[in-house]
Amino acid sequence: MKSKLEVEHLCYSYHTLEGETKALSDISFDVRDGEFYAIVGPSGCGKSTLLSLLCGLIEPEEGKIRIDGVERRDSHAAIGYMLQRDHLFEWRTIFNNVTLGLEIQKRLDEKAKEELRAMLKTYGLSQFQESKPAQLSGGMRQRAALIRTLALKPDILLLDEPFSALDYQTRLEVCDDISTIIRTQKKTALLITHDLSEAISVADRILILSSRPARVKHVLEIHFDKEYDRPLSRRNAPEFSAYFNELWKELKTHD
Amino acid sequence: MTEPSLSQQEFIERERYHRNKVRICRIMLLVLLLALWELCASLHMIDAFIFSSPRRIGSCFIKMAADGSIFLHVGVTLWETLVSFFLVVTVGVAAAVALWASRSLSEILEPYLVMLNSLPKSALAPLLIVWLGNNMRTIIVAAVSVAVFGSILTLHTGFMQTDPDKIRLIQSLGGTKKDILLKVLIPSSVPLIISNMKVNVGLCLVGVIIGEFLSAKAGLGYLIIYASQVFTCEYPLTGKTMD
Repeated sequence: MKSKLEVEHLCYSYHTLEGETKALSDISFDVRDGEFYAIVGPSGCGKSTLLSLLCGLIEPEEGKIRIDGVERRDSHAAIGYMLQRDHLFEWRTIFNNVTLGLEIQKRLDEKAKEELRAMLKTYGLSQFQESKPAQLSGGMRQRAALIRTLALKPDILLLDEPFSALDYQTRLEVCDDISTIIRTQKKTALLITHDLSEAISVADRILILSSRPARVKHVLEIHFDKEYDRPLSRRNAPEFSAYFNELWKELKTHD
Repeated sequence: MTEPSLSQQEFIERERYHRNKVRICRIMLLVLLLALWELCASLHMIDAFIFSSPRRIGSCFIKMAADGSIFLHVGVTLWETLVSFFLVVTVGVAAAVALWASRSLSEILEPYLVMLNSLPKSALAPLLIVWLGNNMRTIIVAAVSVAVFGSILTLHTGFMQTDPDKIRLIQSLGGTKKDILLKVLIPSSVPLIISNMKVNVGLCLVGVIIGEFLSAKAGLGYLIIYASQVFTCEYPLTGKTMD
């Protein structure tokens, strides 16, 4: 299968007058088309920096990012970015929140609105179209945020710990919910998390980063039988704890 | 709808009693103070010529209302306050946005703004008369100068505290600085702008009165200064009451 996203020898440092902090050091990996790729690492290791680079919010100091073989800067591929919290705007209705991206890119026409209404319906939010975000539960808000991201029809989805602000039970449900949506849409997705079981329950492959400055420690392939295809059922699979221990050991080892 | 439970009814009853008590005590306090004032004046415990009395103020107000002069003065002051308020809000928001948009500009201008804000504006008013003449323009400039610098500083501080993740969101959706301004900054700052407007309306009135003290042919400030010069203390107190 061909690579959707290639990252080669990526380096990045933060600069202040007091000095330089190296966040990423020589990161290389590739993500296949349609793959669900998870990145785990200790907190503060530079995971969010990596996403900002992939998203183009900041430019790499060294190294290359390619999407479908084209440099990110020249690529026309759309990248969807989901942040840690849903960041729905309280002063807009749910419908006006999900149209935000299209509105900014001036692509909001009747057809797009129709599609979004259909999407809200598919994901059980159509009766909340005219509600304000405060009236929705955490899970529904996160789903609305996903629709806002999907509205731009992204080729690659970047998920920056999108479930970390939710309570545990909602978190399991929303994780199951959202990853199923992403899989049925056959999107390439890159999930950043520090929750190891979350990574195992959704990902096809897991990249393990070292503590700051982040380096690639290991890439773990995850295989589950067909019967365990949903994140919640994966947690019941016999292999689950074996993967967990392997991941745990990888993160623990200092080299 | 079902009948509210007994405890709910009791709660509502207690709450209503509390509110009535507050309202009645408030009015009583005012009446008491006025009565005390009137009593002291009529018993010659205080000099009614200097301190006036509620009755004298009342009759003065009625006299001025009868010849219509009070409405002219109130109207002039009100108009000047509204014009300067409008100017403060527009200039304040525009300047705060400009400072937010340019880090260099805000850092260059910051000490000047702090200095201008702490400058006693009433001291500036005589200068303004010399510069701008004895007219309404002077008064409005004086009022604007009282409120505008503090307003810019408050709004700018508020703007800078916009959630950086919301800005990241707009950027990740391909938005520019203009999108951040229109879609995040302004809508999320509406409560701040409104509370700032409330402060400004008071400050503008203060500024207008200061301006009228020094250069005016009409208005409450003019009335106050005119009356204290001719020693009719009912006038300024009537003026103050109208404030």
